Amino acid sequence: MKKLLVLFIMAVLTVGSSFSQNKKLPSVKLKTLSGKTVDISQIKNNGKPIIISFWATWCKPCKVELNTIAEDYDDWVDDTGVQLIAVSIDDARSTGRVEPYVNAQGWDYQVLLDPNGDLKRAMNVNNVPHTFLVKNGAIVWDHNNYSPGDEKELYKEVLKFAK
Amino acid sequence: MKIKLLLVLNCIFLGQYFVLSQSNENNVDLGTFSGNIQAIAQYYQEDTLINAALPEQLMGFNGFTNLNYNRGNFSAGVRFESYLNRLEGYPVTFTGTGLGYRYANWKNEELDVTIGSFYEQYGSGMILRAYEERQLGIDNALDGIKVKYPPYKGIYLKGLIGKQRYQFIDGLVNGNGLVRGVDGEIDFNELIDTLADSKFRLIVGGSFVSKFNNDNTTPDYILPKNVGSYAGRIGMRYGKFRFNGEYVYKCNDPYPDNQDDRFNYIYKNGEGLLFNLGYSQKGFAIDLSAKHMDNMLWRSTNVSVGPTDLMIGYLPALTKQHTYNLAATLYPYACNFRGEIAYQADIMYKIPKKTKLGGKYGTSISVNFAASYVPERNFIDDMNTSRQSYQTSLFAMTDSILYQDINIEIKRKINKKLKFNINYFNFIFEDRAVMVAKHHELIHAQIAVLDLTYKINDHHALRFEVQGLWTQNSKDSITLNGGETVIRKEDQGDWLFGQIEYTFSPHWYVAVLDQYNYGNSVPEQRLHYALISAGYINGPHRFSIQYGRQRAGVFCVGGVCRAVPASNGLTFTLTSSF
Repeated sequence: MKKLLVLFIMAVLTVGSSFSQNKKLPSVKLKTLSGKTVDISQIKNNGKPIIISFWATWCKPCKVELNTIAEDYDDWVDDTGVQLIAVSIDDARSTGRVEPYVNAQGWDYQVLLDPNGDLKRAMNVNNVPHTFLVKNGAIVWDHNNYSPGDEKELYKEVLKFAK
Repeated sequence: MKIKLLLVLNCIFLGQYFVLSQSNENNVDLGTFSGNIQAIAQYYQEDTLINAALPEQLMGFNGFTNLNYNRGNFSAGVRFESYLNRLEGYPVTFTGTGLGYRYANWKNEELDVTIGSFYEQYGSGMILRAYEERQLGIDNALDGIKVKYPPYKGIYLKGLIGKQRYQFIDGLVNGNGLVRGVDGEIDFNELIDTLADSKFRLIVGGSFVSKFNNDNTTPDYILPKNVGSYAGRIGMRYGKFRFNGEYVYKCNDPYPDNQDDRFNYIYKNGEGLLFNLGYSQKGFAIDLSAKHMDNMLWRSTNVSVGPTDLMIGYLPALTKQHTYNLAATLYPYACNFRGEIAYQADIMYKIPKKTKLGGKYGTSISVNFAASYVPERNFIDDMNTSRQSYQTSLFAMTDSILYQDINIEIKRKINKKLKFNINYFNFIFEDRAVMVAKHHELIHAQIAVLDLTYKINDHHALRFEVQGLWTQNSKDSITLNGGETVIRKEDQGDWLFGQIEYTFSPHWYVAVLDQYNYGNSVPEQRLHYALISAGYINGPHRFSIQYGRQRAGVFCVGGVCRAVPASNGLTFTLTSSF
């Protein structure tokens, strides 16, 4: 039985990875900071790319990443039409911290709350930060972790898919 | 037989792969597989100096693989888990290898039905929160059925029934108790068209959760088999102001308490009240919270189990979750399950950029104050009759501090290359309530942190971190080996921490760190804990390796803590998603 499972997983890994190019953004309902319910798969950006960045108020590299992007975000939007959605995985303890933090930092991102981890699980996120690039509802690129300079890699991809 | 089966299965998969890829060219949607993997292997070495964990098998391994299939409105998935053997410090109820989670879900625009394992939260979680905190070994997933349905715009209904995940022994082991719950929420701005664009927003919700369990057949007491709880919540906002509140009430639900007779099998009802008031605008935010929790331990069993086992409700934590090592792992906040009264205030301000004080890029300042106290309890002598044990009133508290945390953070970018982050923390920590420190006493600690990042160029960066922790002198003195008598510092005394990290975006990092207990009152215990780690990241895949000593500490997420023993050895970690 166990061997079967291992084999099953290995087989699916091969199949799964060959399909990852076509992975679609899952349909999951999340709340905005003001309490409105939105389905993430329904967010359209007129065919322009969307960045989905998973973060939390207790995650330092996440905040560094989003604050670094915030410095150039206006230029990114003007030049490519990209939209960034920051999905907070803060749980029952710290969801109340999200809005004050976002406003105090002055982020212009759309912020969604995922306290129950529904989108995190649906998008197979292990840990934060994890950043996805989505175009026309399909995931075209993703990256786990953040080190200074990673935002340049992300922007390269944004430019590639903005055309 | 087994081999045959394996072969057949392999053929099926290879065949399917073929079919799937072929039909995909014809644009027939056969669905997608996706998933993730996390594997941690730790090799332990003997280290008697730090009393390091050394299991007989010399190695620990925790592995998790999630696998999800999705096609149109349908999705299903499994999580395969392995504890071979579990990492040291992980709950002992996790052993073996097998399936720990499996579900199937169907949803359209309105109806959403899940069967099998699922997670859920009602309101702030005080009445119901099924969640996974893998790093702590918490997983109280419900196993049953969950339905969500919005009968009318702006009205959201949820219902569930199931058993809770309890242990893992070569697979999921559920507890015996049943959990049943319903939750409703009305968003008035969606419900009433004329309010759609109003500055005033109002959301009202309520839940009812009950349990049934027959676990405890103690002859001494007649225990309720069915216990109900209800909660009401409100969320309001007007422009930049917002207010949230939730009240939860739980009918009498006696638990054993082996440490204190006054809380042992008491028939008092439990209640909890949580408030949050905030104002925020661009560059400034202020946030105030308060809570009163009394006797709100809420499990699907009435027998004595591990501290985080079979929890239905969540005891909310009103403190900031710290990430700097010394601030996070020596004296962290943990919720008092008998009850506590707590307050928190946060102020965040960003001094605008291009000002004298703010500098070219602006400066962020955040101040946080949190404190929790023992509630005022008037004990009544009724343990032979009604067993209410004590009376409380909302927000009536004593001056006995359980935990106090005052901290300030200043963050500033000096130029394109250099950024810094300065932190100061002041803790008061009542270890007689938590029992995680070396000395169970009231501990006063101050911590300072300097964190510098220097960007060498677009891809290379260096980060330096220095931390110091200082505790007060205690009331005792100790006699050292040389015969000299000195005043003992609280708990383990003073610490220094240093770290250098080099990152090469987007693929590599290497870090060296050392923790030094230089101010321990006992000279023989002034030990170094040095660690080196390196990692490789490629897209969603990440591999890291770590070697050295790890200090015994307390690992906490969301006010729930786990003590981790000291260890010495080599750790490999792989995480990947596909």
